[in-house]
Amino acid sequence: MVDLKAKTPLDGMVPVTIGTVTLRELDGGVMTSLSPYSGQEKVLSDALKSSHGMAFPKPNRTTGREGARAIWFGRAQAMLTGPMPDAGLAKHAALTDQSDAWVVVELKGAGSTDVLARLTPIDLRDSIFKSGHTARTDLMHMAASITRTGMDSFVVMVFRSMAQTLLHDLEKAMAGVASRG
Amino acid sequence: MRLPCPLCGERDLREFYYQGAAVSLTRPDPDAGADAWADYVHLRENLPGDLEEMWHHAQGCGAWLVVTRNTATHVVKGAKLAMDTKRADTKRADTKGART
Repeated sequence: MVDLKAKTPLDGMVPVTIGTVTLRELDGGVMTSLSPYSGQEKVLSDALKSSHGMAFPKPNRTTGREGARAIWFGRAQAMLTGPMPDAGLAKHAALTDQSDAWVVVELKGAGSTDVLARLTPIDLRDSIFKSGHTARTDLMHMAASITRTGMDSFVVMVFRSMAQTLLHDLEKAMAGVASRG
Repeated sequence: MRLPCPLCGERDLREFYYQGAAVSLTRPDPDAGADAWADYVHLRENLPGDLEEMWHHAQGCGAWLVVTRNTATHVVKGAKLAMDTKRADTKRADTKGART
């Protein structure tokens, strides 16, 4: 058999540091979208709590911790990232394997808010968009998921097919912010 | 222009796709007749003032919204999830049907 090696979407292209901001790729791991069946939201949340230790996230929020996180991903949808989903969840929700379908990057460092503010229309001030908050929004015309993981760190996800466009846009914005000192 | 998505909060216009007057929530029965269907497909009141419109939060949460917008002043008076509106209507129709 041919021994195939898995490559991440930005393999060999990151990390990149421009000014004070560093862009690196995160291993998305197993990613599963959870869409609760009608009226099953509460039961699904309880099942998620007992099997993975996290509730189903409210809109614009995340639950869990690094390595095993549920990210709100749209109306009646969340993305479970990290663990293999417990088989019992399939009783209450439509589960779809999305591993390898998304590129996951982390933007970190002083000024990372300014970098993203050049690309997306949402309010990124830390008084509004706090750590653990997430948003489905537009990032240079790409449908993105943006999550704040710390004071100066964000996790950005777009479709895997858009990985190089995302890199290009982020690098340009990073250079723009850096040039202003 | 910014639209108040019930799930995401106030968001920029660029995240949304516009469909038009919210007639799709009151689709006639398949056997309602040609007049009702012609009305549904082609005819719009187009009066200045408040209008209920369908907007899709395409670059956001993916929900269809019923937005009330004043077509003369562009003032946006609010937005509801189309799903909730539809469910409320269906429920009302069901209770009405049960009474007759």
